[in-house]
Amino acid sequence: MAPVRRETLPVRHADDVLRVRQLVRSWTLACKFSLVDQTKLVTAASEIARNTVIYGGGGELVVEALEERGRHGIRLSFSDRGPGIPDVEQALRDGFTTGTGLGLGLGGARRLVNEFAIETQPGAGTTVRLTRWR
Amino acid sequence: MEQIPILKVEGCLLVSIQVDMHDQLAMALQDDLTRRVVETRARGVMIDISSLEIVDSFIGRMLNNIAAMARVLDAVTVVVGMRPAVAITLVELGLTMPGVHTALDVDRGLRLIRTLVAQADEETGARLGTGTP
Amino acid sequence: MNDQSSNLPTLLTRQRERLLADWQGLLAASSAIRSGRITEAELRDNAARLLDGIQNAVRTGNLTDIGTPEWAPVRQTLEDLSRSWAVNGFTPSETAMFVFSLKQPLFAQMRETLAKTPEGLADEAWRISMLVDQLGLYGLYHYMSGREEVIKRQQNELLELSTPVVELWHGILALPLIGTLDSSRTQTVMESLLQAIVDTGAAIAIIDITGVPTVDTLVAQHLIKTISAARLMGADCIISGIRPQIAQTIVHLGLELNVVSKPTMADAFALALRRTGQIVGRAAPVNGHDTGEARRADGRDPADARR
Repeated sequence: MAPVRRETLPVRHADDVLRVRQLVRSWTLACKFSLVDQTKLVTAASEIARNTVIYGGGGELVVEALEERGRHGIRLSFSDRGPGIPDVEQALRDGFTTGTGLGLGLGGARRLVNEFAIETQPGAGTTVRLTRWR
Repeated sequence: MEQIPILKVEGCLLVSIQVDMHDQLAMALQDDLTRRVVETRARGVMIDISSLEIVDSFIGRMLNNIAAMARVLDAVTVVVGMRPAVAITLVELGLTMPGVHTALDVDRGLRLIRTLVAQADEETGARLGTGTP
Repeated sequence: MNDQSSNLPTLLTRQRERLLADWQGLLAASSAIRSGRITEAELRDNAARLLDGIQNAVRTGNLTDIGTPEWAPVRQTLEDLSRSWAVNGFTPSETAMFVFSLKQPLFAQMRETLAKTPEGLADEAWRISMLVDQLGLYGLYHYMSGREEVIKRQQNELLELSTPVVELWHGILALPLIGTLDSSRTQTVMESLLQAIVDTGAAIAIIDITGVPTVDTLVAQHLIKTISAARLMGADCIISGIRPQIAQTIVHLGLELNVVSKPTMADAFALALRRTGQIVGRAAPVNGHDTGEARRADGRDPADARR
């Protein structure tokens, strides 16, 4: 399974979160995702992008269009060299609090995509990979 | 920096979010609204999100914060115009907005605000034993 | 005699023209040509292409396993042909016979070639049979996959036609679900309900599941999610027609159905009318007949209820 196209975007400032949304939106349009699937992936991307900026100290996004056994999909890889996530299980469980809690949004983002992978080491940064198939 | 306009309509404040908001703009909106509710003594806050293609957890929390703030200031919050794809995504995301009422559009939103305010005043009157103000 | 000493590779090279002619002769009688699905010329081309592919593949000496890389071009040809035929309405036997009818020419040629040494014929015949069987089955497998895709596509089209969202009255939608629901069908149906809410400005959606015999966890979850989504949009839902078995399933699954439930769609409709400030009452009889007409509780024209 070889990625067919890819693009990289720096994710360092709050404005970049908007750029991430726009980029992922245009890729989902190009890959002919349904409106609901577009919305889910862009929303998931927004969550992780924000994490990358705020908790990861900035990083980058790599977008790839995938084709595997006839099905098409998009993979988003967010990586940063920040402090890492000490307790991933806990972070995935921390849904949202409706008030002022932190809520990393990881658990929610995971529910919006088909494949979700996270590599993180305290002190060595984090990479989150989201994949959605058409 | 841009500002999101806040209109005053029938004793309510109406905000129509038409742009993809970055975090700073969202925070500014929260502050502006709080200030204006106090200034105008509005009983209702209506937020029109019919132009929004994405509502993520940050925007969701913003809406919850606005509703919490409004409640403290004796105003109800109604969000109108949520798109189907956005609604489906929010449910999947697991984000709930308990303090937020919803309506299909601005017209119904205003009617809802009127109903809720009337109900609230009746309850307050009953509790304080002074009748409907 | 093992594969290496088989006469098949040589046969395919030397007798290519004869083999092709015999094979094409058999194919000319195919019902696929008679029914106009394919022309004789096309069928002949396909046969030539396949035969050449087989010829190249057997040169490597592997006559028994078509799963190896040297047989890849042949597999590809078979796959392309079979899938295309599946989509174009070829019958399974037309597809199968395309390959299997190659046996006869091969047997005939091999018998001629081994006329002086008939003891080798049994082995060769077996080898030919095994090879053609494999090829035929491979083609048939892909034909089946192609048919399944067609069925799936037709199912989707049927789905769009068979789950209409109905506007019962001003501001009141009904979604009568019929038959067993699978996860993807439920999803599609729910999305169209939400879109209908936007399109018609409905305040209430009645989801009627009288016609649904069973519900599993996934479908129940989809239902619950749809109701939550409708609420976020500002509309409310009523479920009607929950059968006893489904009620039991819901309790067993420990699901919380945070929604008003009514036994029949009629009950749900009556409730929806009340909630939207409308009532059904009797008008003065006309020509000795009673007429019932819905009007707003405050006497105004229901057409105003939308604005």
